[in-house]
Amino acid sequence: MTKTVTDVICPFCGTLCDDLEVVVSDDGKTIVDVYNACAIGAEKFMHSQARDRVKRPRMQQPDGTYKEVSYDEAVEYTAQMLANAKKPLMYGWSSTSCEAQSVGHEIAEKVGAIVDNTATVCHGTTLIAVQDVGIPSCTLGEIKNRADRIIFWGCNPAHAHPRHQSRYSIFPRGFFTNKGHKNRKVVVVDPRRTDTAKMADYHFQIEQGRDYELLSAFRVAVRGEWLPDTVAGISKERIYEAAEMLKSGRFGIIFFGMGVTQSLSKNHNIDEAIMLTKDLNDYTKFSIMAMRGHYNVTGSGQVMGWQFGFPYATDLSRGFARYNPGETTSNDLLVRGEVDAVFVLGSDPGAHFPISSVKKISQLPSVCVDPHITPTSEVSKLHVPVAFVGVEVGGNCYRMDNVPIDARKVVDPPEGMLTDEEFLTRVNKRLEQLVAVT
Amino acid sequence: MTEYLIKNGFVFDPVQGIKGDKADVAVKDGRIVTGVSSGAKVIDAAGKTVMAGAVEIHAHIAGPKVNEGRNYRPEDKLFTYTPKSRQSRMAGGFSIPTTFKTGYEYARMGYTTAMEAAMPPLYARHVHEEMRDTPIIDEGAYPVFGNNWFVMEYLKNGEIENAAAYIAWLLRASKGYAIKVVNPGGTEAWSWGLNCLTVNDPVPYFDITPAEIMTGLMQANEFLGLPHSMHVHQNSLGNPGNYTVTLDSLKLAEKIKPNNKFGRDTVLHSTHLQFHSYGGDNWGNFESKSKEVMDYVNRQKNITIDTGCVTLDETTTMTADGPFEHHLTELNHLKWANIDVELETGSGVVPYVYSPDIKVCEIQWAIGLEIALLTKDHMRTFITTDHPNAGPFIRYPRIIKWLMSAEARKERIDSFKHSAKMIDATLIAGMDREISLYELAQMTRAGPAKALGLANLYGGLAPGMDGDVVVYNFNPEKDHKPDEIEKAFSAAAFVLKRGTPVVVDGEIVSNGNKRTLWVDAKTDENPQVMRDIRDKFLRYYSINMNNYEVAGHFLTNPMAIEVDATR
Repeated sequence: MTKTVTDVICPFCGTLCDDLEVVVSDDGKTIVDVYNACAIGAEKFMHSQARDRVKRPRMQQPDGTYKEVSYDEAVEYTAQMLANAKKPLMYGWSSTSCEAQSVGHEIAEKVGAIVDNTATVCHGTTLIAVQDVGIPSCTLGEIKNRADRIIFWGCNPAHAHPRHQSRYSIFPRGFFTNKGHKNRKVVVVDPRRTDTAKMADYHFQIEQGRDYELLSAFRVAVRGEWLPDTVAGISKERIYEAAEMLKSGRFGIIFFGMGVTQSLSKNHNIDEAIMLTKDLNDYTKFSIMAMRGHYNVTGSGQVMGWQFGFPYATDLSRGFARYNPGETTSNDLLVRGEVDAVFVLGSDPGAHFPISSVKKISQLPSVCVDPHITPTSEVSKLHVPVAFVGVEVGGNCYRMDNVPIDARKVVDPPEGMLTDEEFLTRVNKRLEQLVAVT
Repeated sequence: MTEYLIKNGFVFDPVQGIKGDKADVAVKDGRIVTGVSSGAKVIDAAGKTVMAGAVEIHAHIAGPKVNEGRNYRPEDKLFTYTPKSRQSRMAGGFSIPTTFKTGYEYARMGYTTAMEAAMPPLYARHVHEEMRDTPIIDEGAYPVFGNNWFVMEYLKNGEIENAAAYIAWLLRASKGYAIKVVNPGGTEAWSWGLNCLTVNDPVPYFDITPAEIMTGLMQANEFLGLPHSMHVHQNSLGNPGNYTVTLDSLKLAEKIKPNNKFGRDTVLHSTHLQFHSYGGDNWGNFESKSKEVMDYVNRQKNITIDTGCVTLDETTTMTADGPFEHHLTELNHLKWANIDVELETGSGVVPYVYSPDIKVCEIQWAIGLEIALLTKDHMRTFITTDHPNAGPFIRYPRIIKWLMSAEARKERIDSFKHSAKMIDATLIAGMDREISLYELAQMTRAGPAKALGLANLYGGLAPGMDGDVVVYNFNPEKDHKPDEIEKAFSAAAFVLKRGTPVVVDGEIVSNGNKRTLWVDAKTDENPQVMRDIRDKFLRYYSINMNNYEVAGHFLTNPMAIEVDATR
């Protein structure tokens, strides 16, 4: 007989679905099936069952081969590397629990590291914009219960956050939206005809990189002021029409993604999107929300916030916390050669950073803590495989709307494997001996 | 276990009625005792003031909006950071300090307990995670109920018992301490961009009035017999002329009788009263109505209040009063964050500069102090800044200076840009009252502890109470310059938290043994309420019911205050 674990939290994307049902074998050791999850989420659970999974730390040899080492040796290498480095970079944190992040921060404080999370190549620009102009937002349940105007700007949840639309944004029947998608008007702004765009009532196929202009045009149109005939490839008639449609709603929301945060104008796009939201609040109720990627990148920003006061790119190397994106952000540090050791946990910069940064990682003493073999583990000196958070160990995670949900443990990790938190705690203990406190 | 004897200090303890007599305080096994052995560690407090650890009844120090404030105001960290030491983590921030700094700064001022004033239940885990990272001080958090769909639906139908059962369930699920109400009905209205500005404005769709919500919640509070009374932030905060709304709200308490086993004889706590005691009908004729409000408060014995004193700093306002923060950003055009929370509440954050060069800010400063100075019963008026709304809590010593020294107030008034206009609109210039140390101990220790139903633990130095003892470098027999008062209360000479020294000569020496307080109220089984809860989670919440409750591992040294409300 198999057993079904219910109310399981999906440790994949920022949608943080918490209604998964996972079927486990009678002995509780293997996952048989996953219900309610999207294809990506289900694969995350099934992937933990892979037969060829790396179960012990591996040290890369000069010839590129790997030698298995014990966790003790891995702890020693990591602690020595961090203790000896003048300015280590501790990057990632977005695919692990808040508890592990917290221990990581304690280590970073001890060794004077820079702590940075994946926002640095993702929604970091959003965080900067929020520091400029604030952010009127809400929880996802508010969208479900109230929203009748939904904008997806530069994001494609049909592929990146597959259950977002059915759980929160387009389809659900909420308290004041009991007709589901028939209650809602959906706008997609994207240069591509994405699968999300195909579901929209209005698709604005914007000229690439012209988001700032179109956002400004919306602000102009909301006020009923003059516009040129076309803006960003969209005719002014359609812009005026859309502006009226937005103003006539009862509750609206703008969801936005990488298409605006990491294209031309970066944080200025988000400034403008937030100001459009604020303007619309003069006519109706409007909110805006970032489509956060990793399932706990939001949590990393939260923990860093209450412990140091900044959401990412926090430099502790001077003995106090500093924050200066462009200087203390991972890629800038790597490319300028300012860090002398790299510790990665809960992210894959090898796959997502520019090649110039990845090359630097490969040349430095480096540790990659990750359950999978990734491009980062391949360029790091030491790869420490760990238990899957949300599958083999619980821990707190923050959804894209900052709602915290405590992830569940579904099965045991393979015999003798450590969790992120356990590994970090052992490194932290060792560092207590290595680093003298003044 | 170590014993301590704090010898020869001038002791101020309202619980035992000690008004500055030279006395010894003995602590053993974390509690105050009548005597200790000769092996006890002796702390010489000769020529110094000794009080119990202070109790903060209302501050925003942990949770989603506090952290939004931290993260979206990097400028708040400028020039504030202190590096780590052997005992303490690095710590920074001014109006919204990091969690570590929050614990350290409270302890340095002699505060050993603090209550987070507004916890959105859906975000309860976040609040508890931050409290877990706040060292030294005991903490609890008030979940907000004033715009909760369950509460509004039950109260509309007059179902007090069902509302009470739901409240008990939510206190357990969120590990909360008391019933907090913020702009009753108004925040729900804000989900549609609207507001409730008087106690009789109906809430859209729910068709209940703020007066009905407050009355019903007071009844439910007393039905359950919770340790604290209903804790309310009234409608129409911050608007000229709002004192009438305040009086309308306070009068609701007249019909309610306290019922609890904690020695609490009040039914309503009205918070940051300064923001609710305004006259005039625009910013031009804005004036103090502290006398009208305090006359009522002094007469009506079953309410407590806290002041919400303006400290004249650049700060970060944050409240579950969503519409107010939108109103504020329209006024000062500073960055606006808003978080509406499904079925429960909302909140907003806007930075604000209380400038001594702006007439309205000067008048607000005066009103906060007037409320404290007009108080007749100091066991019912507590000093707060509604941290960080009227100013950061680290300014308490400055407020104490202004309250204890008419000279300090005069200096301040004389250096205001619009002092003449300010004097016309307020009473402060004509007041020569100075708060005594005994009254101070009532307003910051015994009073709030009693209002919280924690008088058996905190706020006094009677044997059996928690060993929270503070020694200040302040000799009550000498004259002091105003700034010496501020200095003495800024950094205590010695702080004992449950028998552990945490501050010596103003420096942190230990992270103490913090506890987390919550209220576990037992009620009769109520199948209808449980069915309603399941139904709402199934249909309207965005998370599953089984993922809602805050698990025990989020709480450091949890201490459940048990209440039996079964019939």
